[in-house]
Amino acid sequence: MNMTVLDRKPDQSSQNDTPAQSHMGFIDCDVHPYVKGPNDFDPFLSKRWLEHKQTIGGRPRQGLAKTSMYPRMSPGAGMRMDSWPKTGGHPGSDLPLMQEQLLDLFDVAYGLLAPLVGGGPGERNVEFGAAMATAANEWQLAHWCDPDPRLLGAIQVNIEHTEAAIAEIEKRAGDRRFAQVNVPPRGLEPLGRRRYWPILEACAANNFPVSLHLGGTSGHASTGGGWPSFYHEEHPSYVQTMQTLVTSLVCEGVFEQIPNLKIVLVEGGFAWLPALCWRLDKHWKRLKAEVPHLKRSPSEYVHDHIWVTTQPIEEPERPQDMLATLEWIGPDRVMFSTDYPHWDQDDPRYAFKIPLPDDWKRKIYRDNAKALYNLD
Amino acid sequence: MTRHVVAKAEEIQAGTCKIVTVKGREIGIFKVGDDFYGLINRCPHQGAPLCRGEIVSRLVAPTPGDYRLTRPGEMIRCPWHCWEYDIRTGQSLCDPNSVHARAFDVAVEPGKTLVEGPFVAESVQVTVEESYLVVTM
Repeated sequence: MNMTVLDRKPDQSSQNDTPAQSHMGFIDCDVHPYVKGPNDFDPFLSKRWLEHKQTIGGRPRQGLAKTSMYPRMSPGAGMRMDSWPKTGGHPGSDLPLMQEQLLDLFDVAYGLLAPLVGGGPGERNVEFGAAMATAANEWQLAHWCDPDPRLLGAIQVNIEHTEAAIAEIEKRAGDRRFAQVNVPPRGLEPLGRRRYWPILEACAANNFPVSLHLGGTSGHASTGGGWPSFYHEEHPSYVQTMQTLVTSLVCEGVFEQIPNLKIVLVEGGFAWLPALCWRLDKHWKRLKAEVPHLKRSPSEYVHDHIWVTTQPIEEPERPQDMLATLEWIGPDRVMFSTDYPHWDQDDPRYAFKIPLPDDWKRKIYRDNAKALYNLD
Repeated sequence: MTRHVVAKAEEIQAGTCKIVTVKGREIGIFKVGDDFYGLINRCPHQGAPLCRGEIVSRLVAPTPGDYRLTRPGEMIRCPWHCWEYDIRTGQSLCDPNSVHARAFDVAVEPGKTLVEGPFVAESVQVTVEESYLVVTM
Protein backbone atom coordinates (compact mmCIF):
# COMPACT_ATOMS: atom_id res chain seq x y z
CA MET A 1 0.00 0.00 0.00
CA ASN A 2 1.10 3.52 -0.69
CA MET A 3 1.37 6.11 2.03
CA THR A 4 -0.49 9.27 1.09
CA VAL A 5 0.70 12.26 3.01
CA LEU A 6 -0.38 15.67 1.84
CA ASP A 7 1.59 18.32 3.60
CA ARG A 8 0.41 21.66 2.40
CA LYS A 9 1.43 25.08 3.50
CA PRO A 10 -1.64 26.84 4.80
CA ASP A 11 -2.63 30.41 4.12
CA GLN A 12 -1.82 32.16 7.37
CA SER A 13 -4.75 34.53 7.09
CA SER A 14 -7.52 32.18 6.15
CA GLN A 15 -8.85 28.75 6.83
CA ASN A 16 -8.50 27.87 3.19
CA ASP A 17 -5.24 26.69 1.77
CA THR A 18 -3.78 28.86 -0.93
CA PRO A 19 -4.59 27.21 -4.23
CA ALA A 20 -1.59 25.99 -6.13
CA GLN A 21 -0.96 28.31 -9.02
CA SER A 22 -1.38 25.69 -11.72
CA HIS A 23 -5.04 25.19 -10.87
CA MET A 24 -5.98 28.85 -10.79
CA GLY A 25 -8.24 29.96 -13.58
CA PHE A 26 -9.51 26.49 -14.33
CA ILE A 27 -12.82 25.80 -16.06
CA ASP A 28 -15.25 23.88 -13.88
CA CYS A 29 -17.45 21.62 -15.99
CA ASP A 30 -19.98 20.79 -13.28
CA VAL A 31 -21.39 23.41 -10.92
CA HIS A 32 -24.80 23.04 -9.28
CA PRO A 33 -26.95 26.08 -8.70
CA TYR A 34 -29.99 25.62 -6.49
CA VAL A 35 -33.21 27.49 -5.90
CA LYS A 36 -33.66 29.67 -2.84
CA GLY A 37 -37.24 28.54 -2.50
CA PRO A 38 -40.00 26.58 -4.25
CA ASN A 39 -41.31 29.67 -6.05
CA ASP A 40 -38.11 30.78 -7.77
CA PHE A 41 -39.35 29.69 -11.19
CA ASP A 42 -42.78 31.28 -10.86
CA PRO A 43 -41.88 34.62 -12.50
CA PHE A 44 -40.82 32.69 -15.59
CA LEU A 45 -44.01 30.66 -16.02
CA SER A 46 -47.03 31.77 -18.02
CA LYS A 47 -50.24 32.25 -16.06
CA ARG A 48 -51.51 28.99 -17.48
CA TRP A 49 -48.59 26.94 -16.20
CA LEU A 50 -48.20 28.85 -12.95
CA GLU A 51 -51.75 27.94 -12.07
CA HIS A 52 -51.05 24.36 -13.07
CA LYS A 53 -48.01 24.29 -10.82
CA GLN A 54 -49.91 25.79 -7.90
CA THR A 55 -53.06 23.70 -8.20
CA ILE A 56 -51.95 20.43 -9.77
CA GLY A 57 -48.17 20.22 -9.47
CA GLY A 58 -45.49 18.04 -10.93
CA ARG A 59 -45.62 14.42 -11.99
CA PRO A 60 -42.08 13.17 -11.49
CA ARG A 61 -40.91 9.77 -12.61
CA GLN A 62 -39.99 8.63 -9.14
CA GLY A 63 -42.21 7.58 -6.29
CA LEU A 64 -40.50 9.57 -3.57
CA ALA A 65 -41.46 13.10 -4.46
CA LYS A 66 -40.01 14.84 -1.41
CA THR A 67 -36.63 13.16 -1.27
CA SER A 68 -34.13 11.50 -3.55
CA MET A 69 -34.36 7.85 -4.52
CA TYR A 70 -31.22 7.14 -2.54
CA PRO A 71 -31.03 9.68 0.28
CA ARG A 72 -27.47 10.69 0.99
CA MET A 73 -25.68 10.82 4.29
CA SER A 74 -27.45 12.78 6.95
CA PRO A 75 -26.90 15.41 8.24
CA GLY A 76 -25.72 17.16 5.17
CA ALA A 77 -28.29 15.79 2.74
CA GLY A 78 -25.56 14.77 0.35
CA MET A 79 -23.96 18.20 0.35
CA ARG A 80 -20.58 19.43 1.49
CA MET A 81 -21.44 20.17 5.10
CA ASP A 82 -19.58 23.47 4.94
CA SER A 83 -21.61 24.61 1.93
CA TRP A 84 -24.86 25.29 3.80
CA PRO A 85 -25.24 29.08 3.68
CA LYS A 86 -25.20 30.73 7.10
CA THR A 87 -27.97 32.97 5.83
CA GLY A 88 -30.21 29.94 5.39
CA GLY A 89 -31.24 28.12 2.27
CA HIS A 90 -29.81 25.16 0.41
CA PRO A 91 -26.20 24.63 -0.68
CA GLY A 92 -25.72 26.09 -4.13
CA SER A 93 -28.50 28.66 -3.65
CA ASP A 94 -26.26 31.48 -2.48
CA LEU A 95 -24.09 33.08 -5.16
CA PRO A 96 -21.75 34.91 -2.72
CA LEU A 97 -20.95 31.62 -0.94
CA MET A 98 -20.42 29.87 -4.27
CA GLN A 99 -18.05 32.66 -5.22
CA GLU A 100 -16.19 32.37 -1.91
CA GLN A 101 -15.87 28.58 -1.90
CA LEU A 102 -15.34 28.00 -5.60
CA LEU A 103 -15.34 30.81 -8.17
CA ASP A 104 -13.15 33.32 -6.36
CA LEU A 105 -11.07 30.82 -4.38
CA PHE A 106 -9.76 29.30 -7.60
CA ASP A 107 -10.31 32.31 -9.87
CA VAL A 108 -12.49 29.99 -11.95
CA ALA A 109 -12.50 31.16 -15.56
CA TYR A 110 -15.86 29.60 -16.35
CA GLY A 111 -18.31 27.42 -14.42
CA LEU A 112 -20.62 25.23 -16.46
CA LEU A 113 -23.96 25.10 -14.69
CA ALA A 114 -25.85 21.85 -14.26
CA PRO A 115 -29.17 22.80 -12.67
CA LEU A 116 -30.84 19.71 -11.25
CA VAL A 117 -33.90 21.62 -10.11
CA GLY A 118 -37.42 22.27 -11.30
CA GLY A 119 -38.22 18.82 -12.59
CA GLY A 120 -38.87 20.01 -16.15
CA PRO A 121 -36.70 17.48 -17.98
CA GLY A 122 -38.25 14.49 -16.16
CA GLU A 123 -41.85 15.69 -15.96
CA ARG A 124 -44.46 13.20 -17.19
CA ASN A 125 -46.81 15.96 -18.31
CA VAL A 126 -44.49 16.93 -21.13
CA GLU A 127 -46.12 20.27 -21.84
CA PHE A 128 -45.71 21.32 -18.23
CA GLY A 129 -42.21 19.84 -18.37
CA ALA A 130 -41.36 21.99 -21.37
CA ALA A 131 -42.70 25.09 -19.58
CA MET A 132 -40.63 24.28 -16.48
CA ALA A 133 -37.55 23.67 -18.62
CA THR A 134 -37.97 27.08 -20.24
CA ALA A 135 -38.45 28.64 -16.80
CA ALA A 136 -35.27 26.94 -15.59
CA ASN A 137 -33.41 28.52 -18.50
CA GLU A 138 -34.70 32.00 -17.70
CA TRP A 139 -33.94 31.41 -14.02
CA GLN A 140 -30.32 30.49 -14.83
CA LEU A 141 -29.85 33.73 -16.74
CA ALA A 142 -31.52 35.94 -14.14
CA HIS A 143 -30.05 34.40 -10.98
CA TRP A 144 -26.66 33.14 -12.12
CA CYS A 145 -25.33 33.93 -15.61
CA ASP A 146 -26.15 37.64 -15.62
CA PRO A 147 -25.02 38.34 -12.01
CA ASP A 148 -21.79 36.38 -12.56
CA PRO A 149 -20.85 36.04 -16.25
CA ARG A 150 -18.32 33.34 -15.39
CA LEU A 151 -21.30 31.02 -15.01
CA LEU A 152 -22.57 29.52 -18.25
CA GLY A 153 -26.04 28.03 -18.48
CA ALA A 154 -27.15 24.63 -19.71
CA ILE A 155 -30.32 24.63 -21.76
CA GLN A 156 -32.96 22.46 -20.11
CA VAL A 157 -35.36 20.53 -22.33
CA ASN A 158 -37.88 17.73 -21.94
CA ILE A 159 -36.82 15.27 -24.61
CA GLU A 160 -40.21 13.55 -24.61
CA HIS A 161 -41.64 16.70 -26.20
CA THR A 162 -39.64 16.89 -29.40
CA GLU A 163 -41.13 20.07 -30.88
CA ALA A 164 -40.85 22.06 -27.66
CA ALA A 165 -37.29 20.84 -27.07
CA ILE A 166 -36.18 21.87 -30.54
CA ALA A 167 -37.93 25.22 -30.23
CA GLU A 168 -36.15 25.87 -26.93
CA ILE A 169 -32.75 24.95 -28.40
CA GLU A 170 -33.32 27.19 -31.42
CA LYS A 171 -34.50 30.04 -29.22
CA ARG A 172 -31.20 29.94 -27.28
CA ALA A 173 -28.99 29.53 -30.33
CA GLY A 174 -26.30 32.18 -30.47
CA ASP A 175 -26.82 33.24 -26.85
CA ARG A 176 -23.31 32.88 -25.45
CA ARG A 177 -24.64 32.73 -21.92
CA PHE A 178 -25.62 29.13 -22.68
CA ALA A 179 -22.84 26.64 -23.33
CA GLN A 180 -24.67 23.40 -23.94
CA VAL A 181 -27.91 21.44 -23.77
CA ASN A 182 -28.59 19.21 -20.76
CA VAL A 183 -30.31 15.91 -21.45
CA PRO A 184 -31.18 13.51 -18.61
CA PRO A 185 -28.96 10.44 -18.98
CA ARG A 186 -31.64 8.11 -17.69
CA GLY A 187 -34.43 8.28 -20.23
CA LEU A 188 -37.39 6.20 -21.23
CA GLU A 189 -35.28 4.61 -23.97
CA PRO A 190 -31.56 4.59 -24.72
CA LEU A 191 -30.55 7.99 -26.08
CA GLY A 192 -29.38 6.69 -29.44
CA ARG A 193 -32.92 5.69 -30.53
CA ARG A 194 -34.23 7.42 -33.62
CA ARG A 195 -37.00 9.20 -31.77
CA TYR A 196 -34.35 11.39 -30.15
CA TRP A 197 -32.38 12.15 -33.31
CA PRO A 198 -34.23 15.38 -34.20
CA ILE A 199 -33.32 16.85 -30.83
CA LEU A 200 -29.71 15.73 -31.08
CA GLU A 201 -29.59 17.16 -34.62
CA ALA A 202 -30.88 20.50 -33.34
CA CYS A 203 -28.14 20.57 -30.70
CA ALA A 204 -25.43 19.91 -33.27
CA ALA A 205 -26.91 22.31 -35.82
CA ASN A 206 -26.85 25.11 -33.26
CA ASN A 207 -23.34 24.37 -32.00
CA PHE A 208 -24.40 23.11 -28.61
CA PRO A 209 -22.63 20.09 -27.12
CA VAL A 210 -25.02 17.73 -25.35
CA SER A 211 -24.22 17.28 -21.69
CA LEU A 212 -25.43 14.15 -19.92
CA HIS A 213 -25.30 14.61 -16.18
CA LEU A 214 -25.95 11.74 -13.76
CA GLY A 215 -28.27 10.77 -11.88
CA GLY A 216 -32.00 11.13 -11.30
CA THR A 217 -34.34 8.42 -12.42
CA SER A 218 -36.46 7.68 -15.45
CA GLY A 219 -38.67 5.34 -13.49
CA HIS A 220 -36.69 2.33 -14.72
CA ALA A 221 -34.49 0.56 -12.19
CA SER A 222 -31.09 2.18 -12.11
CA THR A 223 -29.28 -1.06 -12.90
CA GLY A 224 -30.01 -3.66 -15.53
CA GLY A 225 -30.62 -6.14 -12.74
CA GLY A 226 -33.02 -4.11 -10.62
CA TRP A 227 -33.01 -1.56 -7.84
CA PRO A 228 -29.93 -1.30 -5.60
CA SER A 229 -30.33 -1.59 -1.83
CA PHE A 230 -27.73 0.97 -0.82
CA TYR A 231 -26.55 4.38 -1.95
CA HIS A 232 -23.11 2.80 -2.08
CA GLU A 233 -24.59 0.44 -4.65
CA GLU A 234 -26.46 3.18 -6.53
CA HIS A 235 -23.35 5.33 -6.92
CA PRO A 236 -21.47 2.88 -9.19
CA SER A 237 -24.69 2.33 -11.17
CA TYR A 238 -23.86 5.71 -12.72
CA VAL A 239 -21.18 3.84 -14.61
CA GLN A 240 -23.75 1.45 -16.07
CA THR A 241 -25.86 4.40 -17.14
CA MET A 242 -22.93 6.03 -18.89
CA GLN A 243 -21.97 2.76 -20.55
CA THR A 244 -25.52 2.37 -21.82
CA LEU A 245 -25.47 5.88 -23.28
CA VAL A 246 -22.14 5.44 -25.03
CA THR A 247 -23.09 2.02 -26.37
CA SER A 248 -26.48 3.20 -27.62
CA LEU A 249 -25.14 6.33 -29.32
CA VAL A 250 -22.41 4.32 -31.04
CA CYS A 251 -24.42 1.26 -32.05
CA GLU A 252 -27.46 3.15 -33.35
CA GLY A 253 -25.18 5.01 -35.74
CA VAL A 254 -25.93 8.43 -34.27
CA PHE A 255 -22.42 9.65 -34.99
CA GLU A 256 -22.73 8.60 -38.63
CA GLN A 257 -26.05 10.41 -38.87
CA ILE A 258 -24.92 13.54 -36.99
CA PRO A 259 -21.19 13.86 -37.66
CA ASN A 260 -20.78 17.10 -35.71
CA LEU A 261 -22.55 15.89 -32.54
CA LYS A 262 -20.52 16.41 -29.37
CA ILE A 263 -21.41 14.53 -26.19
CA VAL A 264 -20.16 15.38 -22.69
CA LEU A 265 -20.49 12.78 -19.95
CA VAL A 266 -20.75 14.47 -16.57
CA GLU A 267 -20.39 12.87 -13.14
CA GLY A 268 -19.79 9.37 -14.38
CA GLY A 269 -16.03 9.25 -13.87
CA PHE A 270 -14.14 7.86 -16.83
CA ALA A 271 -11.85 4.92 -15.99
CA TRP A 272 -14.51 2.49 -17.27
CA LEU A 273 -14.37 3.91 -20.80
CA PRO A 274 -11.32 2.07 -22.15
CA ALA A 275 -12.62 -1.37 -21.12
CA LEU A 276 -16.02 -0.66 -22.67
CA CYS A 277 -14.39 0.39 -25.92
CA TRP A 278 -12.19 -2.71 -26.00
CA ARG A 279 -15.31 -4.84 -25.74
CA LEU A 280 -17.22 -2.81 -28.33
CA ASP A 281 -14.30 -2.94 -30.76
CA LYS A 282 -13.81 -6.67 -30.31
CA HIS A 283 -17.42 -7.49 -31.10
CA TRP A 284 -17.71 -4.93 -33.87
CA LYS A 285 -15.15 -6.99 -35.78
CA ARG A 286 -17.35 -10.08 -35.41
CA LEU A 287 -20.83 -8.61 -35.59
CA LYS A 288 -20.39 -6.06 -38.37
CA ALA A 289 -23.16 -7.64 -40.40
CA GLU A 290 -25.70 -6.62 -37.80
CA VAL A 291 -24.56 -3.00 -37.68
CA PRO A 292 -23.27 -2.29 -41.18
CA HIS A 293 -23.95 1.40 -40.66
CA LEU A 294 -20.88 1.57 -38.42
CA LYS A 295 -18.10 2.53 -40.80
CA ARG A 296 -15.44 2.83 -38.13
CA SER A 297 -14.57 1.05 -34.92
CA PRO A 298 -16.63 2.08 -31.88
CA SER A 299 -13.55 3.48 -30.14
CA GLU A 300 -12.98 5.86 -33.04
CA TYR A 301 -16.50 7.26 -32.71
CA VAL A 302 -15.98 7.57 -28.97
CA HIS A 303 -12.75 9.45 -29.36
CA ASP A 304 -14.14 11.82 -31.96
CA HIS A 305 -17.47 12.59 -30.30
CA ILE A 306 -17.29 12.02 -26.56
CA TRP A 307 -15.78 14.14 -23.81
CA VAL A 308 -15.66 13.08 -20.18
CA THR A 309 -15.52 15.15 -17.01
CA THR A 310 -13.42 13.98 -14.12
CA GLN A 311 -15.62 13.90 -11.02
CA PRO A 312 -16.15 11.62 -9.14
CA ILE A 313 -12.57 10.89 -10.02
CA GLU A 314 -11.27 7.36 -9.73
CA GLU A 315 -8.52 6.83 -7.16
CA PRO A 316 -6.71 3.69 -8.28
CA GLU A 317 -4.68 1.80 -5.71
CA ARG A 318 -1.70 2.20 -7.99
CA PRO A 319 -1.88 5.96 -8.73
CA GLN A 320 0.15 5.61 -11.91
CA ASP A 321 -2.71 3.63 -13.46
CA MET A 322 -4.50 6.97 -13.74
CA LEU A 323 -1.92 8.12 -16.28
CA ALA A 324 -2.40 5.07 -18.49
CA THR A 325 -6.17 5.52 -18.36
CA LEU A 326 -5.96 9.19 -19.31
CA GLU A 327 -3.54 8.37 -22.08
CA TRP A 328 -5.93 5.84 -23.57
CA ILE A 329 -8.95 8.14 -23.45
CA GLY A 330 -6.82 11.00 -24.68
CA PRO A 331 -5.86 13.97 -22.52
CA ASP A 332 -7.65 16.12 -25.10
CA ARG A 333 -11.01 14.57 -24.17
CA VAL A 334 -10.97 14.92 -20.38
CA MET A 335 -12.23 18.05 -18.59
CA PHE A 336 -12.01 18.86 -14.91
CA SER A 337 -15.19 19.19 -12.88
CA THR A 338 -15.82 19.74 -9.19
CA ASP A 339 -19.54 18.98 -8.73
CA TYR A 340 -19.72 21.78 -6.16
CA PRO A 341 -21.48 21.71 -3.67
CA HIS A 342 -22.22 17.98 -3.56
CA TRP A 343 -20.63 15.76 -0.92
CA ASP A 344 -18.51 13.87 -3.41
CA GLN A 345 -17.20 16.98 -5.15
CA ASP A 346 -13.52 17.08 -6.09
CA ASP A 347 -11.00 19.75 -5.16
CA PRO A 348 -8.89 20.75 -8.17
CA ARG A 349 -5.75 20.82 -6.02
CA TYR A 350 -5.93 17.28 -4.76
CA ALA A 351 -8.26 15.25 -6.96
CA PHE A 352 -5.50 13.63 -9.00
CA LYS A 353 -3.40 11.46 -6.72
CA ILE A 354 -0.49 11.57 -9.12
CA PRO A 355 1.13 14.58 -10.80
CA LEU A 356 0.04 15.08 -14.39
CA PRO A 357 2.39 16.16 -17.17
CA ASP A 358 2.14 19.94 -17.56
CA ASP A 359 0.61 19.83 -21.03
CA TRP A 360 -2.08 17.37 -19.87
CA LYS A 361 -2.81 19.59 -16.91
CA ARG A 362 -3.36 22.62 -19.12
CA LYS A 363 -5.70 20.65 -21.35
CA ILE A 364 -7.70 18.99 -18.60
CA TYR A 365 -8.11 22.06 -16.40
CA ARG A 366 -8.65 24.63 -19.16
CA ASP A 367 -7.89 24.15 -22.81
CA ASN A 368 -10.20 21.24 -23.63
CA ALA A 369 -13.28 23.02 -22.27
CA LYS A 370 -12.18 26.25 -23.89
CA ALA A 371 -12.01 24.56 -27.27
CA LEU A 372 -15.17 22.49 -26.90
CA TYR A 373 -17.34 25.41 -25.78
CA ASN A 374 -15.53 27.97 -27.92
CA LEU A 375 -14.65 30.16 -24.93
CA ASP A 376 -12.30 33.13 -24.84
CA MET B 1 8.20 25.42 19.59
CA THR B 2 5.84 27.66 21.48
CA ARG B 3 3.22 26.84 24.04
CA HIS B 4 -0.24 28.15 23.25
CA VAL B 5 -3.10 28.37 25.72
CA VAL B 6 -6.07 27.52 23.50
CA ALA B 7 -9.04 27.10 25.82
CA LYS B 8 -10.24 26.51 29.33
CA ALA B 9 -10.81 22.84 29.95
CA GLU B 10 -14.45 23.36 30.90
CA GLU B 11 -15.18 25.08 27.58
CA ILE B 12 -15.16 21.79 25.73
CA GLN B 13 -17.72 19.20 26.76
CA ALA B 14 -17.29 15.50 26.08
CA GLY B 15 -18.45 14.69 22.55
CA THR B 16 -17.81 18.16 21.21
CA CYS B 17 -15.07 19.97 19.35
CA LYS B 18 -13.73 23.48 19.49
CA ILE B 19 -11.71 24.81 16.59
CA VAL B 20 -8.83 27.05 17.59
CA THR B 21 -6.15 28.76 15.54
CA VAL B 22 -2.51 28.27 16.45
CA LYS B 23 0.18 29.90 14.33
CA GLY B 24 -2.30 30.35 11.50
CA ARG B 25 -3.35 26.72 11.52
CA GLU B 26 -6.78 25.59 12.60
CA ILE B 27 -6.82 22.75 15.10
CA GLY B 28 -9.89 20.94 16.34
CA ILE B 29 -9.71 20.24 20.09
CA PHE B 30 -11.93 17.28 20.99
CA LYS B 31 -12.99 15.85 24.31
CA VAL B 32 -13.53 12.12 24.23
CA GLY B 33 -14.52 10.80 27.64
CA ASP B 34 -12.30 12.72 30.02
CA ASP B 35 -9.49 13.21 27.57
CA PHE B 36 -8.62 15.93 25.09
CA TYR B 37 -7.26 15.41 21.60
CA GLY B 38 -6.23 17.69 18.79
CA LEU B 39 -6.41 17.25 15.03
CA ILE B 40 -5.33 19.63 12.32
CA ASN B 41 -8.50 20.89 10.67
CA ARG B 42 -7.67 19.49 7.29
CA CYS B 43 -8.53 16.15 5.77
CA PRO B 44 -5.50 14.47 4.19
CA HIS B 45 -7.70 13.18 1.37
CA GLN B 46 -8.70 16.43 -0.38
CA GLY B 47 -8.15 19.17 2.16
CA ALA B 48 -11.66 19.59 3.62
CA PRO B 49 -12.17 21.22 7.05
CA LEU B 50 -12.12 17.84 8.78
CA CYS B 51 -13.04 18.96 12.28
CA ARG B 52 -16.29 20.51 11.09
CA GLY B 53 -17.61 17.04 10.31
CA GLU B 54 -19.78 14.82 12.45
CA ILE B 55 -18.48 13.12 15.58
CA VAL B 56 -19.67 9.56 15.18
CA SER B 57 -19.17 6.01 16.35
CA ARG B 58 -17.55 3.22 14.40
CA LEU B 59 -20.17 0.86 12.98
CA VAL B 60 -18.95 -2.65 12.30
CA ALA B 61 -20.71 -5.78 11.10
CA PRO B 62 -18.87 -9.08 11.49
CA THR B 63 -21.45 -10.57 9.13
CA PRO B 64 -24.25 -8.95 7.08
CA GLY B 65 -27.09 -8.02 9.42
CA ASP B 66 -25.01 -8.23 12.58
CA TYR B 67 -24.32 -4.59 13.40
CA ARG B 68 -22.25 -3.35 16.30
CA LEU B 69 -21.73 0.24 17.27
CA THR B 70 -18.23 0.55 18.62
CA ARG B 71 -16.00 3.39 19.74
CA PRO B 72 -18.92 5.70 20.57
CA GLY B 73 -18.06 9.32 19.85
CA GLU B 74 -14.46 8.49 19.03
CA MET B 75 -14.57 9.04 15.28
CA ILE B 76 -14.67 12.20 13.19
CA ARG B 77 -16.32 11.90 9.77
CA CYS B 78 -15.11 14.31 7.09
CA PRO B 79 -17.77 16.81 5.99
CA TRP B 80 -16.99 16.19 2.32
CA HIS B 81 -16.26 12.57 1.45
CA CYS B 82 -17.13 10.85 4.74
CA TRP B 83 -13.67 9.48 5.50
CA GLU B 84 -13.61 8.52 9.17
CA TYR B 85 -10.68 9.09 11.52
CA ASP B 86 -9.99 8.02 15.06
CA ILE B 87 -10.02 11.31 16.94
CA ARG B 88 -7.39 10.09 19.37
CA THR B 89 -4.79 9.14 16.79
CA GLY B 90 -5.77 10.68 13.49
CA GLN B 91 -5.81 7.17 12.11
CA SER B 92 -8.13 6.77 9.14
CA LEU B 93 -10.34 3.74 9.31
CA CYS B 94 -11.57 3.94 5.73
CA ASP B 95 -8.16 3.01 4.48
CA PRO B 96 -6.01 2.63 7.56
CA ASN B 97 -2.86 1.90 5.64
CA SER B 98 -2.75 4.94 3.48
CA VAL B 99 -4.35 8.04 4.96
CA HIS B 100 -3.52 9.61 8.25
CA ALA B 101 -4.80 12.92 9.62
CA ARG B 102 -2.25 14.85 11.58
CA ALA B 103 -2.84 14.51 15.30
CA PHE B 104 -1.61 16.92 17.92
CA ASP B 105 -1.28 16.13 21.56
CA VAL B 106 -3.55 18.14 23.79
CA ALA B 107 -3.65 17.72 27.51
CA VAL B 108 -5.32 19.13 30.58
CA GLU B 109 -2.74 20.31 33.01
CA PRO B 110 -4.13 20.08 36.48
CA GLY B 111 -0.68 20.61 37.88
CA LYS B 112 0.28 16.98 37.84
CA THR B 113 1.37 14.64 35.08
CA LEU B 114 0.63 14.99 31.40
CA VAL B 115 -1.79 12.75 29.53
CA GLU B 116 -0.19 11.54 26.37
CA GLY B 117 -2.13 10.36 23.35
CA PRO B 118 -1.54 6.77 22.33
CA PHE B 119 -0.25 7.81 18.92
CA VAL B 120 0.68 11.22 17.64
CA ALA B 121 2.30 12.36 14.44
CA GLU B 122 3.61 15.45 16.18
CA SER B 123 3.84 15.54 19.90
CA VAL B 124 3.43 18.75 21.81
CA GLN B 125 4.83 19.78 25.11
CA VAL B 126 2.33 20.75 27.76
CA THR B 127 2.96 22.60 30.95
CA VAL B 128 0.95 23.23 34.08
CA GLU B 129 -1.18 26.33 33.88
CA GLU B 130 -4.15 25.83 36.13
CA SER B 131 -6.82 24.05 34.04
CA TYR B 132 -6.00 25.50 30.66
CA LEU B 133 -5.53 23.43 27.56
CA VAL B 134 -2.11 24.08 26.11
CA VAL B 135 -0.93 23.09 22.65
CA THR B 136 2.73 23.20 21.86
CA MET B 137 3.77 23.58 18.24
